[in-house]
Amino acid sequence: MPKTFNELMREARATVREVWPDEAARLLAEGATLVDVREQDEWEQGHIPGAIHLARSYIEQEIEAAVPDRNARLLLYCAGGVRSLLAARELHEMGYASPASIAGGFQLWKSQGRPWTQPTVLTLEQKRRYSRHLLIPEVGAEGQAKLLGSRVLFIGAGGLGSSAMLYLAAAGVGTIGIVDFDVVDLSNLQRQVVHTTDRVGQKKTASAAESIRALNPGVEVITYDEMLAEDNVARIIEGYDVILDGTDTFETRYTLNDAAVRAGIPVVHASVFRFEGQLTVFRPFAGPCYRCLYPAAPPPELAPGCSVAGVLGVVPGTLGMLQATEALKLLLGVGDPLVGRLLIYDALDMSFQELKLRRDPHCPACGDGAGTAADVQGAETTAQPLTLQAPAARPLTAQPLTAQPPSTRPLGETR
Amino acid sequence: MSKVRIPPVLRAQAEGNKQVEIDGSTVGDVVHGLVQRFPGLGDQLLGTDGSLNRFVNVYLNDQDIRYLQELGTPVAAADTVVILPAMAGGA
Repeated sequence: MPKTFNELMREARATVREVWPDEAARLLAEGATLVDVREQDEWEQGHIPGAIHLARSYIEQEIEAAVPDRNARLLLYCAGGVRSLLAARELHEMGYASPASIAGGFQLWKSQGRPWTQPTVLTLEQKRRYSRHLLIPEVGAEGQAKLLGSRVLFIGAGGLGSSAMLYLAAAGVGTIGIVDFDVVDLSNLQRQVVHTTDRVGQKKTASAAESIRALNPGVEVITYDEMLAEDNVARIIEGYDVILDGTDTFETRYTLNDAAVRAGIPVVHASVFRFEGQLTVFRPFAGPCYRCLYPAAPPPELAPGCSVAGVLGVVPGTLGMLQATEALKLLLGVGDPLVGRLLIYDALDMSFQELKLRRDPHCPACGDGAGTAADVQGAETTAQPLTLQAPAARPLTAQPLTAQPPSTRPLGETR
Repeated sequence: MSKVRIPPVLRAQAEGNKQVEIDGSTVGDVVHGLVQRFPGLGDQLLGTDGSLNRFVNVYLNDQDIRYLQELGTPVAAADTVVILPAMAGGA
């Protein structure tokens, strides 16, 4: 028997509870799952924070994947309360226990001065470029927007940095900083794939920037054609969300570590030797720092760099890509970052081994006596998302860091 | 006999061995046994007072012995001792 629109609405109201925005806000605070059933263009103009977007036209197809639990407390809204009421009735028929609809919808919610947010809207070009990211629930448009707004600093445009910066540029990390004072040498090209033969003799920073722009012109590249040292490190690292350490000397690694701890910026650390590599994430105060792991540097003759000992070209590439992976996880706030764990890679065995690392309470950089930042930071958690603004430099109340390791090679060399 | 994993940077002093088996009831026994077998490793692993150098980490299985009982940490036959000096290579 044909029904009028008013009859349909009446039937829907008989099975679906309508709630006013004030009650909706209370239900949200109690953990209800909020679903925005409007069309894409309406969603892009603004939505209630925390809502998932399942347009009315697809909701029956998509709800089971988005909300598998039939007993979940669902709260639906549209612009004025009609579409969400009808959608809620459909979900009720699908067996969802108690879908409710916000009366008055987003318009009333907004007019009452309740919080709403406008999602970062990707351009058509960005939607195509990053389409494989957008398909992953853990990234999606929101995660991609985070990457586009994030800033990653590379210490060294060498073997580790090459693969990592290409992949992070491809992934759409919005700003990439590169610190390197060296020039491209023919002997670099066996592994430093960000550089090219016709750029031998050019500055590594300029060469890397050219490759990144060719791959993804949407990335802003900032180059620092200088050695990382005590007197410039704080200025250079300020404002970055994550740092990838790919330097070749202990001195630079300690300099970077101490400054990154003070600034509260996580460092994704890797080093390589012939067929092997080490990888870990130093997240200040959530795990150990470089000084906790290695309180002192070995004398130079016991720790030859790649220019002396050699390295299989692909090994820094592998480790660089693992660094890039950890950086993306930190930026997106997904997964379990390699904090407090040291990964050892052996290419000849093709084996990965994991060792447990601990924060040293007596560490001169991040130990309990080193400053107040531990109290501020305070986190033992592993998967919290990063704030995309780096925290302001923290006061350092302890004595200046001493015991600089000996080094016979220039700072920041990445050859 | 515990397995001892020798890192690449130290293999030249250990006749190219990647892993060796050394007797001992503590990590200290094993490290000293290793140095006895490959005297060239002595300078790299141990200070003049016989303690571990600060740029070398030793793990019993996956745990840093600094947070166990250091060189006094007991070892069993099935254990693996991993020696890991700092490396800086950025390639």
